[in-house]
Amino acid sequence: MLIGPSAALADWISPESGGSPNADKVDTLYTIVLCMGIVIFVLVEGLLLYSIFKFRARRRGPQPAQVHGNTRLEVGWTVAAAVIVLVIAGITFAFLGGIKNPPSSSPTGLQGASGVQLATVGALKTPSGKALHIDVNGQQYIWRYDYVDQPRLTENRPVYAYYRMVVPTDTTVILKLNASDVIHSWWIPRLGGKADATPGHDNYTWFKIPGKYAGQIFKGQCAELCGEGHADMRAEVQALPPDQFKAWFERQRNDLLASQKALAAQRKAGVGQ
Amino acid sequence: MTTTEYVAERPIAAVPRPEVVLHGLRERPRGWLEWLTTTDHKKIGILYLYSTFIFFLIGGVEALMMRLQLAVPTNTLLTPKAYNAVMTMHGTTMVFLFVVPVLAGFGNYFVPLMIGARDMAFPRLNALSFWLLFFGGIVFYVSVFFHPPTAGWTMYTPLTEEAFSPGGGVDAWIFLIHLTGLSSLVGAVNFVATIHNMRAKGMGWARMPLFVWSILIYSYLLILALPAVAAGVTMLLTDRHLDTGFFNPANGGDPLLWQHLFWFFGHPEVYIMVLPAFGMISEVIPVFSRKPIFGYKAIAASTAAIAFLGMLVWAHHMFTTPTATVVLAFFMLSSFTIGVPTGIKIFNWLATMWRGSLVFKTPLYFACGFLAQFVIGGISGIMLAVFPVDWQLHDTYFVVAHFHYTLFGGAIFGLFAGLYYWFPKMSGRLMNETLGKISFWLMFIGFNTTFLVQHAAGTSGMPRRIYTYYSTSGWEGYNLVSTIGAFILATGVLLTVINLIRSIKHGQKAGNDPWKANTLEWFTTSPPPENNFDVVPRIRSAEPMKDIRRDVAAGGRAAGSVAQPVAPGT
Ligand SMILES: [Cu+2]
Repeated sequence: MLIGPSAALADWISPESGGSPNADKVDTLYTIVLCMGIVIFVLVEGLLLYSIFKFRARRRGPQPAQVHGNTRLEVGWTVAAAVIVLVIAGITFAFLGGIKNPPSSSPTGLQGASGVQLATVGALKTPSGKALHIDVNGQQYIWRYDYVDQPRLTENRPVYAYYRMVVPTDTTVILKLNASDVIHSWWIPRLGGKADATPGHDNYTWFKIPGKYAGQIFKGQCAELCGEGHADMRAEVQALPPDQFKAWFERQRNDLLASQKALAAQRKAGVGQ
Repeated sequence: MTTTEYVAERPIAAVPRPEVVLHGLRERPRGWLEWLTTTDHKKIGILYLYSTFIFFLIGGVEALMMRLQLAVPTNTLLTPKAYNAVMTMHGTTMVFLFVVPVLAGFGNYFVPLMIGARDMAFPRLNALSFWLLFFGGIVFYVSVFFHPPTAGWTMYTPLTEEAFSPGGGVDAWIFLIHLTGLSSLVGAVNFVATIHNMRAKGMGWARMPLFVWSILIYSYLLILALPAVAAGVTMLLTDRHLDTGFFNPANGGDPLLWQHLFWFFGHPEVYIMVLPAFGMISEVIPVFSRKPIFGYKAIAASTAAIAFLGMLVWAHHMFTTPTATVVLAFFMLSSFTIGVPTGIKIFNWLATMWRGSLVFKTPLYFACGFLAQFVIGGISGIMLAVFPVDWQLHDTYFVVAHFHYTLFGGAIFGLFAGLYYWFPKMSGRLMNETLGKISFWLMFIGFNTTFLVQHAAGTSGMPRRIYTYYSTSGWEGYNLVSTIGAFILATGVLLTVINLIRSIKHGQKAGNDPWKANTLEWFTTSPPPENNFDVVPRIRSAEPMKDIRRDVAAGGRAAGSVAQPVAPGT
């Protein structure tokens, strides 16, 4: 697929990719635009260098011809510039669907990942409606993840985690982003572009990690200055095969329930004294 | 100031008796008091240039502090708080206290001279405009001793609300925006009035120097863009202290409103910073190519086009916010359209040099550096305008590299070209060419070493505005190279400062027109007398000095009519 060429370039002149199809497509789009840019770069720098070496003033050289302009030439490069940006616009729109719209989960993905979320304006939907939905909340200086369409702790409280988000492979994961204090920006470079987590607004993004990355951890960090700890507001996404994800989820749920119980007991003991 | 009237005729006198009537004659203050009270556009221009260059050096030291902190991973040279403060001061200083006002400084000195005027239209307003800037800078920098602001030069809400940014730093920044904004507004009105009304006889719009064109459009842009940020910072001030909640979601406000208001000003601000540098390049390249500018009208028109389109692209700074895709697409397309007039300019400059007779003095070195670097900033700008690509690049070091290529590689190299070009007119002496060229090469190498690798740091996932990073990030090499480059760049800048200070006293005498230039400021002495010109020749083309030199070479009447004052009524 696209992973071959992008992996070769990924390291330094193009964005990170190879964790999700949207990241791969952004990488390809970037590379196309970069190549067009390089052509223009070579043209302009070439003309500049040629002029610098070729047209140096010479002693007793003739006075250069006093040309004031050339309408045909000027119209020519105006049209050429317009055509180039139109072509880039066309290519962008051709790529946009694959970057913006999440595909459905694969048959090998998490089963029972439902699409029962309420469809709100701007919310992302897969063609089949099936995806794993996670609400991401940015706080100074940590990320919180609520697994909203999975079995819950209590009726109103979904299972949650901080810092490390564990997700199943081959499953489309749709993130709903929000923040509870200041603006943060969710970004795991290899899983696609960033999306701001803004208080008072919901923002959406998605990723879908292929099965071959099972066990891998994708790292990223907050991309919007959010205060003193901005540089330390990191995040991880761990991809697990669906069955292992289920096992992790159960463990996480039980751990949370246990600690909840312990906390309640402690409170009771505290009140009793 | 003295007002002298020669009253030639009075009905009662049989013989015309010249009479001098004096109004409010005061002795002109001397020494530092003269500088405090001056309303001479040239002195005000010099005040602007000195103050803004001092702010440039302060902003540069802040940049070096950041580069030192980031030179190695997990460095502890600066605390996170100190780093954020230095980062905020650097951006604010460079934008509001250096690039925008230094251009006003050059404009102040040279617009009246280039259009053959005696002074600006409103000399006292002109002085006010400088002192507002000066006190804006003081108010801001005093916060260093209390609570310097730490939220970045963009001051995004709600981070800048009282709850998250207590202390006076944000308020100091708000007052800086108020004062420097008022300064720019007053200055812009003055430029507009001056340029519209005070051009020499015969200087129609199509004969106006391109630098004057760029200052005119810079002024209009300031007038259009500043009210948005003035309103924005006032709302922020009331949010912080009167609980108005414009930007506070807890009070029913919206943090995105701040971003819209800020960038509605902030993006035109980018063109405000770069258009006058374009204007300087449009003056320098033809003079040192010994050829007229190629496509004068296209360059003037593209300046206006960039300004107009520049008002319609602000939300390309907001591609990662929760915003409808159709809006993102609009702002991508509008941003693309700016590539067209910018491309026109670049090709016109290249065509001006083409088959010219290039005289490689320091100003042309900087102009070529400008061209070589600005084109990189332009290309990366188009890449960033592709909004799905921006989702990856936004708020990374790729963006930091991009805007330094336009603002340092472009605007600042452009105004260094202008500085070396116009220094002889301002001081009467030439700057040292050897030192100037060494300074250029150090700046050119240093600049590209600092910022080229930052593109790679950004695409490798390094966000901007982080005070540290891990040694496992893969960014260590880029950052070390960048820090080394920054010190080379700083050495280059320092050499120009030394050159400047030395040349004021010891430079070679320049004479009126050391470069065989095209525009009217070279018609008068260097430095010009207080009244600028005893007589202004009638303008017959966009290159009046060329006409004058031709007339002088031809000898006879034409030259005489230029050199001698013409009696009124003849
Ligand atoms: Cu954050």
